[in-house]
Amino acid sequence: MSRLSRRDVVTATGAAAAAALAIAPPEAAAQQAPPAAQPTVYLFFNTDEVAFIEAALSRLIPADDQWPGALEAGVANFIDKELNGAWGAGERLYRSGPWQPGTPSQGYQLPFTPAELFRTALAAITKELARAGTPFAKMSGEQQDAYLRSLEAGAADLGGVPSDVFFAHLWDAPVEGFFSDPVYGGNRDMMAWKMIGFPGAYASYYEVVDQHGMKLDRAPTSLAEDSHGHVHVQPVIPAGQR
Amino acid sequence: MAERLKAVDVVTVGVGLTGAILGKELAATGLKVVGLERGPMRDTVPDFQSPAIHDELRYAVRKALTQDNVKEAMTFRNSTGQTALPMRRWQGFMPGNGLGGAAVHWNGLTWRFQPADFVYRTHLEGRYGKGFVDSDLTIQDWGVTYAELEPHYDRFEYLCGTSGKAGNIKGVVQAGGNPFEGPRSREYPTRPMKEPYYGALFRKGAESLGYHPFPSPASTLSEPYTNPEGLSLHQCVFCGFCERFACEHFAKASPQTVILPVALKNPDYELRTGCQVLRVNLDSTGKKSTGVTYVDAAGREYEQPAELVLITAYSLNNVRMLLNSRIGKPYDPVTGEGVVGRNYAFQTMSYASVFYDQDVVINPFMASGASGTVIDDFAGDNFDHKGLGFIGGAYISATMTGGRPIEFHPTPPGTPSWGLGWKQAVARHYNHTVVLTCHGSSHPMRGNCLDLDPTYKDAWGQPLLRVTFDFPQNDVRMSRYVTDKAVGIGRAMGGKIVAGAPRERPYDSTIYQTTHNTGGAIMGNDPTTSAVNRYLQSWDVPNVFVVGASAYPHNASYNPTGTVGALTYWALDAIKNRYLKAPGALVPR
Ligand SMILES: Cc1cc2nc3c(=O)[nH]c(=O)nc-3n(C[C@H](O)[C@H](O)[C@H](O)COP(=O)(O)OP(=O)(O)OC[C@H]3O[C@@H](n4cnc5c(N)ncnc54)[C@H](O)[C@@H]3O)c2cc1C
Repeated sequence: MSRLSRRDVVTATGAAAAAALAIAPPEAAAQQAPPAAQPTVYLFFNTDEVAFIEAALSRLIPADDQWPGALEAGVANFIDKELNGAWGAGERLYRSGPWQPGTPSQGYQLPFTPAELFRTALAAITKELARAGTPFAKMSGEQQDAYLRSLEAGAADLGGVPSDVFFAHLWDAPVEGFFSDPVYGGNRDMMAWKMIGFPGAYASYYEVVDQHGMKLDRAPTSLAEDSHGHVHVQPVIPAGQR
Repeated sequence: MAERLKAVDVVTVGVGLTGAILGKELAATGLKVVGLERGPMRDTVPDFQSPAIHDELRYAVRKALTQDNVKEAMTFRNSTGQTALPMRRWQGFMPGNGLGGAAVHWNGLTWRFQPADFVYRTHLEGRYGKGFVDSDLTIQDWGVTYAELEPHYDRFEYLCGTSGKAGNIKGVVQAGGNPFEGPRSREYPTRPMKEPYYGALFRKGAESLGYHPFPSPASTLSEPYTNPEGLSLHQCVFCGFCERFACEHFAKASPQTVILPVALKNPDYELRTGCQVLRVNLDSTGKKSTGVTYVDAAGREYEQPAELVLITAYSLNNVRMLLNSRIGKPYDPVTGEGVVGRNYAFQTMSYASVFYDQDVVINPFMASGASGTVIDDFAGDNFDHKGLGFIGGAYISATMTGGRPIEFHPTPPGTPSWGLGWKQAVARHYNHTVVLTCHGSSHPMRGNCLDLDPTYKDAWGQPLLRVTFDFPQNDVRMSRYVTDKAVGIGRAMGGKIVAGAPRERPYDSTIYQTTHNTGGAIMGNDPTTSAVNRYLQSWDVPNVFVVGASAYPHNASYNPTGTVGALTYWALDAIKNRYLKAPGALVPR
């Protein structure tokens, strides 16, 4: 399975980093070596959905030679856990009818919860692409981008979900998963925060705020970090239910 | 059947900012006061503590502190010809829920309105002549003056410990402050906050163009402070988790930090959380309230009799409470008659993004919700509008508020909206961009209003509030003009790319702009064009006061809460010193 091999790469990279740090004093190694990436245990997505989501993530926020992309940062895991929890079930979503299409300025007007929306749209996509012959995960990068753009343009009806509405959800989720605290299962090793220079949950700048233009060189902090700098990923924490 | 409880003297519907102040003060006079708050009890310790509070996803994106719209949403449409539909998620604005209300997760920007705002129509017609104001704008005088409110502004700022630099003390202009502001009786209670880099860049750019920059007035405190209630606040550490979050440090003024502990110590004050007030009850004449009906968290219904009912539920909820209680004549946007729901206004926000080279390191996360630098040169009527074709304006500021990356990842125009190009642009620009805010006034127009939705209901079976709103053409023209000025400042700041985005129609309820909803139960001297008199007392039911930004006939170029605080103390003064001595209408109808 392609996703296993990708994850092996991530694990290997983690192991290599740990090996390279072995010459450093043990406390420093404990602080700097990222814990080996765990393979994602999917609780919500089925295998067809996983194939689509993982492939889509590597086009939406791709890896480059400097920084990992959404897939490597564990964003598929993030989305899986969000959809499996309170967010997926429609927390903070007014769900009474009647249901009518509105104007763009009136916002989301479908009866689907996020979990239902992903499930419905992904089933329609899988079916459509099976009919067309090439599943999304088997397309070339350019073909995948073109397909995502067609979803974004809103051309298709995905089982009652307009494809632009699905695309908006498909885009919001990786931005959230890439940049949120790693406790939610994405932003692994705070890679996305390191990429932009965001210090994370660390938050005390009184002494430095007037040192204009200073480069902050501390590593970011997660709200789930223990005193050794290890981030304890909680696999199932719905956002609204702590 | 509702259980009838023992009568009390005063009930506040909601215990946010206004409810906490009024509850504390009236209990201090010896009256029995009950504060009914629909949301949960919560306090700095243990509820707002780090590290859990520094969670952008939970608080800023999923909006954990916001009104639960599974139970209670609002519907929205741009114009009366459309069918309003529920705002199924809070996106455009985010009303508070729980003890302390929205004043727990606010930014702390604490402004006064201009003296001209309170006599708005008189002032504009005097300066520019009749016919200058677009005929669709229903602006009017407020029935109160800046001079009358000044002691109450002062009291509110000293309650909060607001940090800033006065620009005008008793008519004498002060160096370093806002030279355009109305006269204040004394200096701010605490010195200005430290100036972050984005503020310093803005200051330099604005000064080079001849404008008048000054530190943003902030109720996130520059130094330790003990307020007149005897409550102590700490120095803000610029943690960057401020607006949309609760402050863990006791450094942001909120009901919990500046007033509630005093109320809660008084045995004459009783707080009941988890209590959803359904309506204000009236006697058979319809001219006197007998108290309120509410449902507690376990679903039990109660009737709480009270002599005096204070509706302090946040502007939008205040208006809905009046409508669901049948107090005052509902506004009809077709005939222009009626008062409850009239003159709904918002805020006209726009932005200019200033992109720098990579050697300019901005650190946008070193921020409070209110830290930064501002100019007032283009706000309200601080500049000559002759020949410009609009009224009003905006303050322009560099107040970046936290740089939390789910919400904040600016990219220059032309950047792809996803994919490698997007990612690399985000990595390139995140720490090298200053975003300037144009915080613009919002004028009421005939079709913009609040009423009850005919279709959609809340969890208790009551109609939702229906919001009908679009930007008046006047405000769109204002936004273009002021955004252009902000772009000019961005260029003077040395930005390599400067991108301005003025506000255009239609108003989009899916884009967050502010939670500065105003009007709907406006104050005034004429009962045919206002729902409450100049003391925020209902014209129709004199033992009901409606306190909050619902009283604003228009929204000025500033954040509303300084004026909410001033009006709260102004109304309190009238209640304590006049109403309680002779209960009845303070202004004859
Ligand atoms: C993210 C954000 C940032 C902001 N930043 C600023 C800023 O920088 N500067 C500024 O000037 N203003 C700001 N504001 C606005 C500011 O928070 C409000 O002006 C202020 O809180 C209004 O006080 P209030 O008492 O009218 O309402 P609130 O403080 O919201 O209190 C109302 C209370 O009533 C309760 N309630 C409502 N309905 C019922 C009912 N039926 N029964 C029982 N209880 C009920 C609510 O749960 C709430 O607790 C901001 C708001 C938000 C959301």
